[in-house]
Amino acid sequence: MKSKKPSIPYLGWMLVFTIVPLLMVLYYAFTDDTGAFTLNNFQNVSDYSHIFLYSLYVALISTVICLVLAYPLAFSISRCTQRKQSLIIMFLMVPMWMNFLLRVYAWVLILQSYGPLDTMLQFFGIHIKLIGNTGAIVVGMVYEFLPIMILPIHAVMSKIDDSLIEAAQDLGCNGFYVFRKVIFPLSVPGIISGVTMVFVPTASTFLVAQYLGGDQLMIGDVIERVFQFNHNTGSAIALVLMVVILGFLVFMNRFGDKEAVGR
Amino acid sequence: MKRGLCILTALMLILLSAACLTSCESSEASAEDSAKSTATADSASNAREVNVYNWGEYIAPGDDGGMNVIAEFEKRYGIKVNYTNFETNEELYNVLKNSNSSYDVIIPSDYMVARLREEGMLEKLNFDNIPNYKNIDERFLNQDFDPDSEYSVPYSWGFIAMVYNKAMIPEGELTGFHDMWNPKYENGVLMFNNSRDAMAIAMQLCDPPIDPGAKSFSEEDISRATDKLIELKECGALKKYVMDQVFTEMEGSQAAIAAYYAGDISTMMDNNEDLDYVIPEEGSNLFIDSMCIPTCCKHKENAELFINFMCEPEIAAENAAYIYYGTPNKEALELMDEDYLESELTNPPEEYLDKCYTFTNLDDKTYSRMQEDFIKACTGKASDASVVTVAVLLGLVLLATLTITVLNIRRAIRNRGRINKL
Repeated sequence: MKSKKPSIPYLGWMLVFTIVPLLMVLYYAFTDDTGAFTLNNFQNVSDYSHIFLYSLYVALISTVICLVLAYPLAFSISRCTQRKQSLIIMFLMVPMWMNFLLRVYAWVLILQSYGPLDTMLQFFGIHIKLIGNTGAIVVGMVYEFLPIMILPIHAVMSKIDDSLIEAAQDLGCNGFYVFRKVIFPLSVPGIISGVTMVFVPTASTFLVAQYLGGDQLMIGDVIERVFQFNHNTGSAIALVLMVVILGFLVFMNRFGDKEAVGR
Repeated sequence: MKRGLCILTALMLILLSAACLTSCESSEASAEDSAKSTATADSASNAREVNVYNWGEYIAPGDDGGMNVIAEFEKRYGIKVNYTNFETNEELYNVLKNSNSSYDVIIPSDYMVARLREEGMLEKLNFDNIPNYKNIDERFLNQDFDPDSEYSVPYSWGFIAMVYNKAMIPEGELTGFHDMWNPKYENGVLMFNNSRDAMAIAMQLCDPPIDPGAKSFSEEDISRATDKLIELKECGALKKYVMDQVFTEMEGSQAAIAAYYAGDISTMMDNNEDLDYVIPEEGSNLFIDSMCIPTCCKHKENAELFINFMCEPEIAAENAAYIYYGTPNKEALELMDEDYLESELTNPPEEYLDKCYTFTNLDDKTYSRMQEDFIKACTGKASDASVVTVAVLLGLVLLATLTITVLNIRRAIRNRGRINKL
């Protein structure tokens, strides 16, 4: 019990800035202007259901791409010497020193029509629209969240003891089996926190779609706009999004339990 | 109830800030100090100052050879001008309504003048102290927002026009807003990303048209306008709903047509030679920003002196040349250079202005209905399939969470049993 004392500052912070706002969202979601109980807000939410699906779809694709890119990279980084590792991680973090909005804006400049990429492709006779579609949003998201995927996976992988791999090799595992039986199971916790840390913000982020996307908005943009004039419906949308994400987290944790502990 | 919650939040924030360390306290204290010092200054030498609250970059600053209008006023009358800026009409409203600060001259837009007037927050002007009022063009007087022109003196006006890229659309092809609803301009049209302006344009194009300057709109009016906006999206012409992004989009030749404020179109045309303007044949929203005196005013005579000064032809001309919006001052127009007079964006023909409408103050319910429907116009309509999918998804999530919790509890109970046995 005494070990809880150091967490009091954070618990206080969480109470004021997480629990209370959450309760307020709950309160607003189930009441109308006058404060009376109502479920109408959730009926309003159904008007935006296609936006929900679209956001989850974008988040899913971005997360998968991030994972595919990050996993092999994190593995190769974790096999380098300590000095090299910290250097590479530092370079990976460099883009994050810049403001989020500026980075999105840079992508607008790169992808726009008559922009550098478009001009280059046209030179080779390829005429495609690079901006204003789902592809551009996914590119922006992946760029934005890739480091966040790499870091936890790398952290877990760099802790894998080399002797475990050597032992597997001694016992006659080929490269594939070393990966399947040793490295992958040990890296699952990293994958889970990486996927969570990417999926959750991509599903709820706003502004990226406004800049890189076309006339299609994401659920974060909708929440932002609805909140400007109707806290109740806005809270209801946010609540539904939270429940969906909560379900995702529960599912992921369950998956993690089985993979890492069950076997 | 909502109010109660607000108060609760406010209380909590106050508690928090009280818990804050020295930095917070000292800054608060200094804010209080300054408030006190202005208060004492007010009572001591109140005659020699005037507090002006205006839009940002909305008065000639005198930096590129022009006149510094504020300094000129201070020099001529020996009255100190305390000049502050606001960014939106709503900000101005909130400051006047909820803070104790005192302003003598404010410059809200038309619908906000109406709101402030209706809520009794404006003083009647004493026009004996504003002889230069005679310079104001009668076209801009006695508007709906101030029917007898008792509370406001027009300062500047503008309207909504269209800007297009000549490299993408041949000159003369566009005549009005209805051309934007043309599938030909695939993904090339930019529309206002605020409900009031976008809906107004859609209302003009409805069949039969709805007057966007009306005092209120029925639900049917709003949903018809929404359908018109959805049509813009579904016919494939719409590129995006934008506000400030319109500058990069048009100046960078990323989009073909946009509807925007005339003054800003001049700016865009300065930055991209391919751009040209069209004055929509349907007419458009004419907005008038007017000088008013709020009831919290402490120096009414100085305020009227300031308003009178701003209506002097030379001063009005300086301001118009800087902000490049229309000036309601007839005498000032005589002093403007040719560029200003020739451009229809700053000096449109009389017949065009006859077709324009001004916004009135809408009640809260109508306005939030407009905002809500505008989001639906932005997002498009949800299909039944997507509603069902989300519902099923939610159901699954809840079910899965429940099962897992139950399983966990059962496991915990079983484990406890085992431990007890041991």
